[in-house]
Amino acid sequence: MVALFQSQENIVGEVVIEPIHGKKVEHNGVKIELLGQIELYFDRGNFYDFTSLVRELDIPGELYERKTYPFEFSTVEMPYESYNGVNVRLRYILKVTISRNFVSNIVECQDFVVRNYTPPPSINNSIKMEVGIEDCLHIEFEYSKSKYHLKDVIIGKIYFLLVRIKLKNMELEIRRRESTGSGPNTYVETETLAKFELMDGAAVRGESIPIRLFLSPYELTPTYRNINNKFSVKYYLNLVLVDEEDRRYFKQQEITMYRLLEAS
Amino acid sequence: MIADGVEDEEKWLSAGIAGLQQNAFYMHRALDSNNLRDALKYSAQMLSELRTSRLSPHKYYELYMRAFDELRKLEMFFKEETRRGCSIIDLYELVQHAGNILPRLYLLCTVGSVYIKSKEAPAKDVLKDLVEMCRGIQHPVRGLFLRSYLAQVSRDKLPDIGSEYEGDADTVVDAVEFVLQNFTEMNKLWVRMQHQGPAREKEKREKERSELRDLVGKNLHVLSQIEGIDLDMYKDTVLPRVLEQVVNCKDELAQYYLMDCIIQVFPDEYHLQTLDVLLGAFPQLQPTVDIKTVLSRLMERLSNYAASSADVLPEFLQVEAFSKLNNAIGKVIEAQPDMPILGVITLYSSLLTFTLHVHPDRLDYADQVLGACVRKLSGKGKLEDNKATKQIVALLSAPLEKYNDIVTALKLSNYPRVMEYLDSETNKVMATVIIQSIMKNKTRISTADRVEALFELIKGLIKDLDGTFDDEVDEDDFKEEQNSVARLIQMFYNDDTEEMFKIICTVRKHILAGGPKRLPFTVPPLVFSSLKLVRQLQGQEENPFGEEESTTPKKIFQLLNQTLETLSNIPAPELALQLYLQCAEAANDCDLEPVAYEFFTQAYILYEEEISDSRAQVTAIHLIIGTLQRMHVFGVENRDTLTHKATGYSAKLLKKPDQCRAVYACSHLFWVDDQDNMKDGERVLLCLKRALRIANAAQQMSNAARGSTGSVTLFVEILNKYLYFFEKGNPQVTVAAIQSLIELITTEMQSDSSTPDPAADALFASTLRYIEFQKQKGGAVGEKYEPIKV
Repeated sequence: MVALFQSQENIVGEVVIEPIHGKKVEHNGVKIELLGQIELYFDRGNFYDFTSLVRELDIPGELYERKTYPFEFSTVEMPYESYNGVNVRLRYILKVTISRNFVSNIVECQDFVVRNYTPPPSINNSIKMEVGIEDCLHIEFEYSKSKYHLKDVIIGKIYFLLVRIKLKNMELEIRRRESTGSGPNTYVETETLAKFELMDGAAVRGESIPIRLFLSPYELTPTYRNINNKFSVKYYLNLVLVDEEDRRYFKQQEITMYRLLEAS
Repeated sequence: MIADGVEDEEKWLSAGIAGLQQNAFYMHRALDSNNLRDALKYSAQMLSELRTSRLSPHKYYELYMRAFDELRKLEMFFKEETRRGCSIIDLYELVQHAGNILPRLYLLCTVGSVYIKSKEAPAKDVLKDLVEMCRGIQHPVRGLFLRSYLAQVSRDKLPDIGSEYEGDADTVVDAVEFVLQNFTEMNKLWVRMQHQGPAREKEKREKERSELRDLVGKNLHVLSQIEGIDLDMYKDTVLPRVLEQVVNCKDELAQYYLMDCIIQVFPDEYHLQTLDVLLGAFPQLQPTVDIKTVLSRLMERLSNYAASSADVLPEFLQVEAFSKLNNAIGKVIEAQPDMPILGVITLYSSLLTFTLHVHPDRLDYADQVLGACVRKLSGKGKLEDNKATKQIVALLSAPLEKYNDIVTALKLSNYPRVMEYLDSETNKVMATVIIQSIMKNKTRISTADRVEALFELIKGLIKDLDGTFDDEVDEDDFKEEQNSVARLIQMFYNDDTEEMFKIICTVRKHILAGGPKRLPFTVPPLVFSSLKLVRQLQGQEENPFGEEESTTPKKIFQLLNQTLETLSNIPAPELALQLYLQCAEAANDCDLEPVAYEFFTQAYILYEEEISDSRAQVTAIHLIIGTLQRMHVFGVENRDTLTHKATGYSAKLLKKPDQCRAVYACSHLFWVDDQDNMKDGERVLLCLKRALRIANAAQQMSNAARGSTGSVTLFVEILNKYLYFFEKGNPQVTVAAIQSLIELITTEMQSDSSTPDPAADALFASTLRYIEFQKQKGGAVGEKYEPIKV
């Protein structure tokens, strides 16, 4: 279990230090840091701290017995959500450091998770598009929205304008594209999170096939755009038509995911 | 290869069943432990077996039925699950997480059924959602089965009037909308099925399609059972929508089946009130659709409906059912130029049956139908198609059966015109049917016009039709036919003698055209009919009104004379002779001596010139004698001539016994009981003596030829004649003569040369007994017989 916070929250707590019984601990001060880090796996060991707050808990001295230090970070700006991707990790930690002379510092870390909620977007247009291969296949598809919250439902339909190929089935995929780095060092990783069959058999001209895809079963995150210039996570709907020879015809559309505060 | 295909299919089916059962097993385990997640998982896997494309519809059905049973259990589980607090709405969402569409939709329908029952959402919304979502299955067979599953689980949950799922306003509309939509989609899938797969398997596919048709038709059945569909709704929504689908699908198989379905499932009353719309669809169907069968069934249903109760008849009139049907048939025939003539006739035949049931009083309708039929047949010559011919016979028989009265049918001016298109064989059959109908119903044809019309109908029997006479007509059949014609002639009758005379003239005109083979059959009834009329006129003679009667016995006799001449020309002398004698007798009764004499003359001429066969001569001479004996109209001279001739003929017969018998029969010509001027005892005796001589001669001849004198029968017979006249008081017949005859016979019988003849012995014995008996009677007769010694 990890603690869950959102931006602008006060992070309040206490640090308890208890030396092993009967021993004293000499130190050069105790501090607690709140760190927001982005860790790129291909760049092992390099952390980028985009947030770093420090509170001094104690002046140098000695500890003989259990001591409790209350601390507070007020209205902490935590613009980014915690994220654990294929090539990148964004995390928040509370780090307590007991500095010592001659011997290594005692460091203790505690992860916590940040999730930021977004109000429903004021503009949320549908995605509507006509695509096709000339004289083979023309379809028109529509997704009712372009922005979805994580427990949303994708409603839509596919309208067949022209069908000259022998279709076998049609499915809708949800794909996540995580790109890390920048410039020539950009790494792109695409995962298919969902494969949802929409149609069985071959539609003929004039048919319209409904789409209703519940997003809740899938582990999605909000769309992250250019987080601290380090990475992006984007979501796509990929409509795939498969013909009898297993050839695949597809069209990919980006959708924006956001996290809606759940009314509890 | 094909055998392999079947084997493979079996294999796939059993594999499918095995997979299904395995997953069903895990599903049951999950159900037993109330594990919703596993239940969903395994049920989806189980249903995945239905995703196969390898099975023919028939085998697929087997698999489907197994899945169906399992789904029932799942449905129960869902119901319990909601009772345990799981929200049905959540369940409804949960099943939609399945990635494969077919299992997803089966589960959705199953939960949907529970959802409706829970009444947490209006039935109409759930149904609408289900029927929409099912669009995802575009594979014909899988789609058809899925939608039929939907129809199955929803049929008791429609928001019909009176149903517990009834919503607010216009709830039936929702129910109808749902079924219509499901129907439309299923039909589309069904029609599309024919285009799937290689062209060479088209026939097989059509067969498979045909097997699936009831899945589609079931929707119509469900529609027909929705209580809330009243006539208006049927008229405004249901029928137009269904027909639109039927017409637009442009598929022969579907159109035929669905039109028939519509006709069968919806009430007759609705059909009647929506006849315009329904009939309007027919001409729009594909030209290859077997419309005649469908339309015929419609008319049949409507006919039965009309027959079911007299109360509904006004409805038929109100909607002008006949003219609508008539128009529709016209249009259909126009729209399908390739329809074989059989189809056309079948249609008209059904229409005729319909109008006969519904508008029995409107003969003009029936005539219109026949007229339309004639128009269609015209220019095609005689029908060669066997079935079509049969259908025409059915068409023509219908009015006869309905009215039980040919007279009515005779009013149908187009009736004979239709008959003209039959080949002569069938024409005859039809004519026989008509005659039988008359016989059965004892219909009396009472005017010359009708007789004329009737003869027009049955002319196939009356005369040889334009040169198509074939010699192979079975003799017995021919006799049968002609006998029936003869019987028919007897059915013409009118009390009014004028009219009756006209009838006779008409009949005569027609039958004289019949040729030598028919005349012997047809002339006698005509003669007797005429004689009947003569007798009728006689009865009226006392009636003083007859001022200027045009119909007189004389006239009839003239006519008869001419008619009979034709018979003697054929030649059929025996028959003609008999008829002449009949006529002569009738003339006798009318006191028309010259006429009677003429008839006799004709009879004699025939005897002399035409009848050469000795046996025929014997018969003829006896007839002549018998008739002549009863004639009283002749004056002495004429009578003498005729009797003289008759006696002469008798004596000239070939065989002696025949001669003998004819001669003793002649004796009666001179002794007519109740007419004193015709009792010539002497000539009686002469005849008898002559008979005796001939009998003697016969014996001698026999003795000479065979060595035995033969029987004494003739003598005994003559003895009887003696006794007869003796008893009648002929003074010339004496006791002595009788006595000697008895002795003669006794002697003969004892003589060695006579041939024993038990019949003759018996006759003689009873003759003697008779004498004995008369003696014992006493009185005048006893006295008379007394002197005779036996």
